[in-house]
Amino acid sequence: MAAIMTTTTRSRRRKAINAETVLIALGVLALVLAPLYVYPVFLMKVLCFALFACAFNLLLGYTGILSFGHAAFFGGAAYFTAHAVKEWGLTPELGILVGVAGAAVLGLVIGFLAIRRQGIYSTMITLALAQMFFFFCLQAPFTHGEDGIQGVPRGHLFGLIDLSESMNMYFFVLAVFLLGLLAIWRIVNSPFGMILKSVRENESRAISLGYSVRRYKLAAFVMSAALTGLAGGLKAIVFQFATLTDVSWHMSGEVVLMTLLGGIGTLIGPIFGAAFVTTLSNYFATSQLPVTLVTGVIFMVCVLVFRRGVIGEFYASRLGRRLSQPKTEHCAEDEPPRS
Amino acid sequence: MIFDIPIQAFLGQLLIGLINGSFYAMLSLGLAIIFGLLNVINFAHGAQYMVGAFVGYLLLTWFGIGYWPALLLAPLVVGLAGMLVERLALSRLYDLDHLYGLLFTFGLALVLEGAFRYWFGASGKPYATPEALSGGYNLGFMFLPKYRGWVVVASLIVCIGTWLLIEKTRLGAYLRAAKENPTLVRAFGINVPLLLTLTYGLGAGLAGFAGILAAPIYQVSPLMGTNLIIVVFAVVVVGGMGSILGAIITGYMLGILEGLTKVFYPEASNIVIFVIMAIILLVRPAGLMGREA
Amino acid sequence: MTDATALLQVRGLNAWYGESHALHGIDLDVKQGETVTLLGRNGVGKTTTLRAIMGILQKRTGSIVFDGKDMMPVPLHKAAHVGLGFVPEERGIFANLSVEENLTLPPVVAEGGMSVEEIYTLFPNLEARRHSPGTKLSGGEQQMLAIARILRTGARLLLLDEPTEGLAPVIVQRIGEVLQTLKARGMTILLVEQNFRFASKVADRFYVIDHGQVIDSFHVDQLPDRMAALNEALGV
Repeated sequence: MAAIMTTTTRSRRRKAINAETVLIALGVLALVLAPLYVYPVFLMKVLCFALFACAFNLLLGYTGILSFGHAAFFGGAAYFTAHAVKEWGLTPELGILVGVAGAAVLGLVIGFLAIRRQGIYSTMITLALAQMFFFFCLQAPFTHGEDGIQGVPRGHLFGLIDLSESMNMYFFVLAVFLLGLLAIWRIVNSPFGMILKSVRENESRAISLGYSVRRYKLAAFVMSAALTGLAGGLKAIVFQFATLTDVSWHMSGEVVLMTLLGGIGTLIGPIFGAAFVTTLSNYFATSQLPVTLVTGVIFMVCVLVFRRGVIGEFYASRLGRRLSQPKTEHCAEDEPPRS
Repeated sequence: MIFDIPIQAFLGQLLIGLINGSFYAMLSLGLAIIFGLLNVINFAHGAQYMVGAFVGYLLLTWFGIGYWPALLLAPLVVGLAGMLVERLALSRLYDLDHLYGLLFTFGLALVLEGAFRYWFGASGKPYATPEALSGGYNLGFMFLPKYRGWVVVASLIVCIGTWLLIEKTRLGAYLRAAKENPTLVRAFGINVPLLLTLTYGLGAGLAGFAGILAAPIYQVSPLMGTNLIIVVFAVVVVGGMGSILGAIITGYMLGILEGLTKVFYPEASNIVIFVIMAIILLVRPAGLMGREA
Repeated sequence: MTDATALLQVRGLNAWYGESHALHGIDLDVKQGETVTLLGRNGVGKTTTLRAIMGILQKRTGSIVFDGKDMMPVPLHKAAHVGLGFVPEERGIFANLSVEENLTLPPVVAEGGMSVEEIYTLFPNLEARRHSPGTKLSGGEQQMLAIARILRTGARLLLLDEPTEGLAPVIVQRIGEVLQTLKARGMTILLVEQNFRFASKVADRFYVIDHGQVIDSFHVDQLPDRMAALNEALGV
């Protein structure tokens, strides 16, 4: 019986992986061809946000920590990268590394404080600390306050490839995006990732198994922050500026929405979410209707009726509930009495 | 004599701090009540505060209804709207992970802010101080605007009143019991779902009251609650949500501390509460009066 | 052994905890003024039966009729108003409420309940400590409070879950006296009890439950004959 079950699970898993591989291959192909049909700057924006959302999901989807402060890492890295490239004259790849390092340090500090409490308290702490960082950016001289850092040169990749060429820039962004995604995939499927998931499922059990849960949570936090920094630094190079928008709490909320919409805890869901939300913001940027009104409505609808997200629903419908285990919805009342 | 000006500045900032603290206290009180029973972090609390101020503003401009009736009507409107939200949406999320409640109310906050910005624009609208409370007292060492004094008094009344409601009345006993064991309270014949709805209404109503109280001091604007709510979250982390009294006291304390920072090191006044939160997390992770580990 | 005139009639009661099927068709009756005890080993479904009758467990099928009223569609917070009073196994004394607040928490649902004064006469300890937090009481006092709390409401059927669990013999005896007093006042009681020495003093009839089903039932007079079989069945 058990043997049969493992085989079916395994074959199902293989099928799932195959489906995912095919989907990813198609996706990469589409992204390579896309700039022929779609405005590259828009595509680059989507890719930056997609990487951001995937990095965020590494924390929420695989560790169960909801951060409402990821804008600090995203926008912070954008500032660091912009400053390094513009003021220190670093090449773009080094500038981005500066951004990643800065975001990782921020992640270490904010993460360290946030995981001192659990659940919803962690969320409030990340939000408050990110807001503190926002005020820091508002007042620190190097960020130039309300103006932000403008006119960041795209420069030459490795000192060779001219990134002011739109196509060069695009393929650089695509490469970084895929590398970032690969890194996340590796993390999730490593023994480390398995431990993270067990922390998410049952923290006290993971503790009783002897795992230093805090250290794992913090490590996940820092990795997520660093990868978010990668996206933020990249965005600063693409758009050649870094402003307060990217460190504001709206940005933190937006990445939550992207992830929720695409599917929390799915590898590629956040990419769909990012593409959708970015398209939407672009569309409503010119309309009278404030974007927040629209995103707010989507948020509420998602939470009420669409909690698995696009990709989560896809898995649930096609491949059983293995990949996105839905929360069992029985009431606390139905739990057996303690005795 | 040498300290003449600093002392005036000092007392002035202390007063501003006390007023900010009044709002922190009222808002963190509402958050704590809602969280205590519903386990929902009400992200829309700042937006509900804003709506409270707008209800006052609209009552005045559309119907000519003045400050005093608005002081009653605004929290009522916000509270009733909150109850509707709880009934239609939040109540469906109780059995899920707590983060969904937070995400839903976050969405609600965005919608409210977006909608009011769409209708009324982003700029602030002045709301005149009521006749009876305009002017002020010359205390010799400083000038105390009457309205500011009233804000402090009103918030104290509301905070203490709410505390008494929860600690000393039968309804409060239901609330405290339902917080511990909702199933048993239901088995005793008390309509706990209704209790939850009322509680959310009470919390939202408190936010609405703070909003109308704030209208004559700050301008009425769609974004007035946005940054405030994040500070209030920090207040709540510092105080811990275990106790109602803790939320109130921490609110006043941090407001005053923030005011003092404006005197001694104005650059840090925006972030002092967050810094205190970080320090508290380092030395006493459960919060000053919290019971949660 | 069914009786259409009984105050409480339970027929074919099934209940589930999530996916796990806990009760497999319980049939039982409790007549007006009677004290009926459910016996059985740990985990056979006694507590579950009480919780399902009360409606705390909503995932249930079968029929529950109380005083001629079909209880199946009645939501939990209405069940008390029909006349069911529930005293949970873990007693459910609220830490954030004083003794007196605990006592007066359940709303009065019908006439015929005791007044607070009567209750204090019955339980003088509670009066002495009326202002201390509920959970500062000893285990025995907490059990008294848990029972007293329901006596105020005018409930007609007391669902009493293991009132003697973990208590000293002298307190158990006191609880026995309280139940005798209640019986004398005409209260109907459905009692879950492991301690059948205690149960034999208060109960009129017994049901033996195993694996979520009633496997035996008998009158208190038949108890001596059943002793040997019971000792075996209950693994005492």
